[in-house]
Amino acid sequence: MDAILLQILNGLDKGSAYALIALGLTLIFGTLGVVNFAHGALFMIGAFCAVTLQKLLNLSFVTLDETQKDFLGNPLKVETPYIEAWFGPEVGATIIDWSVPLSILFAIPIMLLVGYVMERGLIKHFYKRPHADQILVTFGLAIVLQEIVKYFFGANPIQTPPPDVLSGSVDLGTMVGFDPNAIIYPIWRLVYFGFAVGIIGAVFSFLQFTTFGMVVRAGMADRETVGLLGINIDRRFTIMFGIAAGVAGLAGVMYGPINPPNYHMGMDFLVLSFVVVVVGGMGSLPGAVLAGFLLGILESFASTTWATTTIPGINQIIIYLVAIIVLLTRPRGLMGRKGVMEE
Amino acid sequence: MLGLNKKDTSLLIVVAFLTLLAPFILNPFPEGSAMAQFNAGYPDLMQRFVIFGIFAIGFNILFGLTGYLSFGHAAFLGVGSYSAVWMFKLLSYNVIPAIALSVVVAGLFSLLIGFISLRRSGIYFSILTLAFAQMSFALAYSVLSNPKFNLTNGETGLQVYADDPQILQGANAPDLPHLFGLPMRATYTMDVGAWSFDFNAGYYLCAIIMMIVFYLSIRIFRSPFGMMLRAVKSNQQRMNYTGLNSKPYTLAAFVISGMYAGLAGGLMAAMDPLAGAERMQWTASGEVVLMTILGGTGTLIGPVLGAGFIKYFENIFSKINDNVLHSWFAFLPDGLEDAVVFVIHPFIGKGWHLTLGILFMLVVIYLPGGLVEGGQRLLKRFKRKKKDTDDAPSGKTEPAE
Repeated sequence: MDAILLQILNGLDKGSAYALIALGLTLIFGTLGVVNFAHGALFMIGAFCAVTLQKLLNLSFVTLDETQKDFLGNPLKVETPYIEAWFGPEVGATIIDWSVPLSILFAIPIMLLVGYVMERGLIKHFYKRPHADQILVTFGLAIVLQEIVKYFFGANPIQTPPPDVLSGSVDLGTMVGFDPNAIIYPIWRLVYFGFAVGIIGAVFSFLQFTTFGMVVRAGMADRETVGLLGINIDRRFTIMFGIAAGVAGLAGVMYGPINPPNYHMGMDFLVLSFVVVVVGGMGSLPGAVLAGFLLGILESFASTTWATTTIPGINQIIIYLVAIIVLLTRPRGLMGRKGVMEE
Repeated sequence: MLGLNKKDTSLLIVVAFLTLLAPFILNPFPEGSAMAQFNAGYPDLMQRFVIFGIFAIGFNILFGLTGYLSFGHAAFLGVGSYSAVWMFKLLSYNVIPAIALSVVVAGLFSLLIGFISLRRSGIYFSILTLAFAQMSFALAYSVLSNPKFNLTNGETGLQVYADDPQILQGANAPDLPHLFGLPMRATYTMDVGAWSFDFNAGYYLCAIIMMIVFYLSIRIFRSPFGMMLRAVKSNQQRMNYTGLNSKPYTLAAFVISGMYAGLAGGLMAAMDPLAGAERMQWTASGEVVLMTILGGTGTLIGPVLGAGFIKYFENIFSKINDNVLHSWFAFLPDGLEDAVVFVIHPFIGKGWHLTLGILFMLVVIYLPGGLVEGGQRLLKRFKRKKKDTDDAPSGKTEPAE
């Protein structure tokens, strides 16, 4: 029992990332009808927003400390981040420590802007072109974004540690009556899960309970009619693209402490997120979220020693296998609707 | 000739001419001169030109004719490489059985994948093939290389070891891939004045095979079967309404292009008896899509051009470094020179992929027909200036919906 619970928990963090990326992908499918192969790159840019902020906060000036000597007897060089000099050492250190959560504030405007520019500058011109062209141009864009990041940040993963308070593990088992040490879980992953649930909730309530969201939903159902009613649906869809980019970016920001960001992390997630979208049902937002969590948990179950000794390497291929089975038995995916992206 | 019309015959002859004389054509600059770095006439690179040419020709039969965008073709290339190396391990270093097996295995593998993937079309098809290719990559990389059942040798890559059976290997046969005793690495170097030209056995094997498969692809393009595939591309629904089952046709196209990919993989292993899982990764599949698009989808010569273009510039761009740039722009004033080098720097050397990505986007946006279309447009403009005639009405008719 505790083992099952542990695997479910283990699947949640990856599942959250899948769900968030797939949610953004589906939003773009549903609104603009565009297949965005650059969505993984947006996830990666989000993660590098956190890296950038961390680097900015750690900008330091060097002073000579006469009281300390290094092994040659010269005064020791001490690096002090500017932030500590401005706000005092304690506040400064806390700000640096909390750089990843703070990056959320930093990433939101950047991601919205990136999404807006991408849609207006490039994707807009591809509405009428075949899906193959959309796939190809966004694939090219993904390569370009990835290489730009690689140029500035190098090819190696960059550590972005979580705040000290949130970096340990917590023994969840004792809280619900299992033996101590049965279910030990890193706090940050819980935070990530909570964060993902929050974002997903926010997106859904935005679509469900605001007038703007209502218009967008109407546009997803029948774009032409909404346009005929005198509503500028294109502008709203552009904003939705920005929001989708923001969701992917935030997923990336918070994922840094789980897996140090490197320039190709987006591509790694992209393929799986597409599979998630297809399994969930193209154009279905709840389907994308559900499939994201389901596949994340399934992957974690397949990674147990029991599963890998029975069928070696099952953890590597389980998601693809499931996707193939789902597509062949339920071609519209788990929650796909009739008539949405049938072709 | 050979059942081709006049235009296709001349195209085939031009291609044959270019591939057979490639060692001359690709080495226009004398050895040791400043321009020698633009030479591409060394065996390794020429082999890559034709092998990727074969790969792209095959991909074009699927994508160019039927419009089905497969994002998993590298899987067939990888399977072909693995089966060729297994042939080296089990039988002998002779390349004929290796290449034959790689084509057959890739064909069977693509039959399986095509049968499943072709149940869907459009984006679903792309994603299904992508999923299959990633799955094959994962299988090759880790799953099939456990000690109990080592089919792919995982991260190290599959290679021939001294204790492999090689039951047909003769006592005095060369200890590397050969064609009935003629080693693939055998190179005859001809020196003419300051120039030197390399004639490599492996390259000529690949070149001849490429000409054969290029001929086959022309025949496919011109056959009733090819017409059927084009009809599938332009409007599959209408095809189905006329009571025709298009699945066997698309499946046949998929298998043929899979066999082309397997052939390319087998040749790759024949040139260098090593097969690694990274050949199957989806970036490799993206590369062949790039080549086909860049050259011109649905045209005969386009994929070959695209493959040559990408492989050539990959090689050249990766070699250029800051010192070379400084020597090029030495005529500029110092400050300006540094500025120019600074601007170009991200795009060369390791930045080749950035250049490739930008180029690819530009082609998709502005020149969906690729290099071939670009050439045709230039030609048209040139002719128009000469004759100064008005635009003739285009003979294209829009289908009634």
